[in-house]
Amino acid sequence: MAGLHLPSALDLARSQFAFVVVWHFLYPAFTIGLASFLAVLEGCWLATKRAVFLDTFQYWLRIFAVVFAMGVVSGVVMSYQFGTNWSVFSDKVGPVIGPFLGYEVLTAFFLEAGFLGVMLFGLKRVGPKLHFMATCLVAVGTLISTFWILAANSWMQTPAGFVITADGRFFPTSWMKALFNPSFPYRYMHTIVAAYLTTAMVVGGVGAFHLLKDKANPRARLMFSMAMWMAAILGPVQIGLGDLHGVNSYHYQPQKVAAMEGQFETEQGARSLIFGWPDANAGVTRFALGIPKLASLYLTHDPNAVVKGLKAFPRDTWPTNIPLVFFAFRTMVGLGILIVLLGWTSLFLRWRGRLYDSRLFQRFAVAMGPAGFVAVTAGWITTEAGRQPYTVYGLLRTADSVGPVAAPAVAASLLAFVVVYTAVFGSGMAFTAHLFSQTPGPHDPGPPTDQPVRTAGITAAPAVSGLQERSDDRSGARMLDPHP
Amino acid sequence: MTPYLPLIWALLIAVAVFAYVVLDGFDLGVGILFPAVRGHDEHNVMVNAVAPVWDGNETWLVLGGGGLFAVFPLAYAILLPALYMPLTIMLLALTFRGVAFEMRFRARHDREQRRWDRSFVGGSYVATFCQGVALGAFVQGVKVSGRAYGGGWWDWLTPFSLMTGVGLVCGYGLLGACWLIWKTEGELQRRVRHLAGGLAWATLAFIGAVSLAMIVLSPAFRARWLTLPTALEVAVVPIMLLGLTVLFFSALRRGREIAPFLCALGFFLLTYVGLGLSVWPMMVPPSITIQAAAAPPASQAFLLWGASVLIPVVLIYTGYVYWLFRGKVKIGVGYH
Repeated sequence: MAGLHLPSALDLARSQFAFVVVWHFLYPAFTIGLASFLAVLEGCWLATKRAVFLDTFQYWLRIFAVVFAMGVVSGVVMSYQFGTNWSVFSDKVGPVIGPFLGYEVLTAFFLEAGFLGVMLFGLKRVGPKLHFMATCLVAVGTLISTFWILAANSWMQTPAGFVITADGRFFPTSWMKALFNPSFPYRYMHTIVAAYLTTAMVVGGVGAFHLLKDKANPRARLMFSMAMWMAAILGPVQIGLGDLHGVNSYHYQPQKVAAMEGQFETEQGARSLIFGWPDANAGVTRFALGIPKLASLYLTHDPNAVVKGLKAFPRDTWPTNIPLVFFAFRTMVGLGILIVLLGWTSLFLRWRGRLYDSRLFQRFAVAMGPAGFVAVTAGWITTEAGRQPYTVYGLLRTADSVGPVAAPAVAASLLAFVVVYTAVFGSGMAFTAHLFSQTPGPHDPGPPTDQPVRTAGITAAPAVSGLQERSDDRSGARMLDPHP
Repeated sequence: MTPYLPLIWALLIAVAVFAYVVLDGFDLGVGILFPAVRGHDEHNVMVNAVAPVWDGNETWLVLGGGGLFAVFPLAYAILLPALYMPLTIMLLALTFRGVAFEMRFRARHDREQRRWDRSFVGGSYVATFCQGVALGAFVQGVKVSGRAYGGGWWDWLTPFSLMTGVGLVCGYGLLGACWLIWKTEGELQRRVRHLAGGLAWATLAFIGAVSLAMIVLSPAFRARWLTLPTALEVAVVPIMLLGLTVLFFSALRRGREIAPFLCALGFFLLTYVGLGLSVWPMMVPPSITIQAAAAPPASQAFLLWGASVLIPVVLIYTGYVYWLFRGKVKIGVGYH
């Protein structure tokens, strides 16, 4: 067995957390934006009574229901991950970030879960106005939830408002300082905008896919147009926010930024690398191709400023996987630039009156459909792998955070998560793709139901009032006929 | 105020866990009863009877976990590694089940729907059984060393915890059956009414067996339940349980629709109180007390301010959502 070593419980616990959190975040990255999009669509419908808004709303509501359910169940898992594998971290840090998670449940999860039922099932029961309120509450719930969880995450990156006790536990001293810790405002805005852009990419991609088949479809035109406005406006905003976030990280977590830049030596007028291969053991980035002075410019807003490289810091405070941080950062930025390109091209085409005609551009939009998911995941990998080797930056090492569970148990549960998530969320995603491929039609009839013809005589109301319904189809499609 | 904070929070966490047990209990119970009821329409009605509320019900589980992390981090840090296997399997089962909820209605053909139905049923059984096992493992006691769990990863597995696992499957089945008596009518209602009777006997038998096992196996429990004067005080619990049993069966016989569910809630409440009296004042039996497990007062107070406003608000709108979806679920109609 020489040369072969089994992964430790620590490695396995890290793999497990990375696996379940990456899977989980794909869903909120989509539903945060989608909930707001649905609220806007329903609001437009209420204001204008134009059927195209309700039809588009119902099309995306069906998708929202499936994606939200996957987000909920993968999120329940997350609330137990801190304790199962990271119990020492929980014991030490729970007094500070535990209440944030408690507030997240009380202010957001109950709100979302409670009104999701009304949103999916309730239009006929509560009427359009109250139903719109439910949609808005779900949308607000997603933003509140993001607030608390990012406060907790940001506190781990830039801790503030606490003291460390003699036995190494973190006790709160100022909730305002802990909550609004130095990196929180940047991380919160950057994440919300990332979620909106992720949704815009999906909605735009699906709209473009259907425009390629029928460029006259008014619902496809509406979703495509709205998504392209989002990309055109929020794409550049996101790059600006990312820059502010980067400056903040450079101030508080310079080792992370040095890893992102692949910079080992301290330089004046530091270059920004387009490509390279950071070799941590040799302490050099090979095959480096960079633009002079650019890193100094965006990290300090002065092209000639000195930027510290990794070697300015003790070796045991460097991120543990520097190439991962380096490439994840480049993936995020590259996709961000492509999103801006997509958005600005749409402005040009719109100005020329060719937005719905350019097939090449629509193919580009289809290809960019998953871009948000990849960029968001890459962004999280950058910031989380860049936080290593700490869980609480500079204060609590990851190696000192792991619980006492034996390696075989962690390995078994990791394997179980991989198998179950792949099976369940794999088929969930395949089904979501199937929903995307359905043409958004008028009176969107929803998916096939068990009973094509509703049992006669149970209620006569639909025939009388013009309310359309399908037997046990739970989607919004049967909630209210917009064309009585 | 400060010395009472841990007690207030222990009570609130206990209430959250109880809310979870009975709320998700009845919707997991619907999954447990699935194989005992035949018919496509009937299955759709059963799922529709819980579809608008299951998500909110499951949120109480997150409150239990997140709340424990916030206000009793030491208990969270010891219990979760101790219950590693049953909790992980439970979460995976809930994953299967939660996705099946949405997917079975959207299945493109029968074969696909049957697959999601199997996932719904399997998820319900496994999640419930694991919760019961976790309960048994908690009650039988957890080995602690320093500020961490000190046992192995199979310590939870004992005949006692397996018994509580099976017992909870019966108990949730009973809650599900009683909920369906309330929410359905006709042939389906007759069928679940019949099932409720058998499940009630089974549940009560397990409550008896678990109580007996606790008294036989643990001197501490024996002292609390069998020696005077505490025995007289705690004897209220089994006496009330007997009275409730009589009420339940008479309500069932007389065709009442809501009373059986309320009685079933009563079974759970009394059993829960009984367990609470057995482990009191421990947060992690047999060695970590509520006071020892508590987060610093600043953390407990901070969350308590919010909770004292937000929990009533949550209860009000949760009640509103239940009220919106009141009434019988009809075959072929579903919610709208």
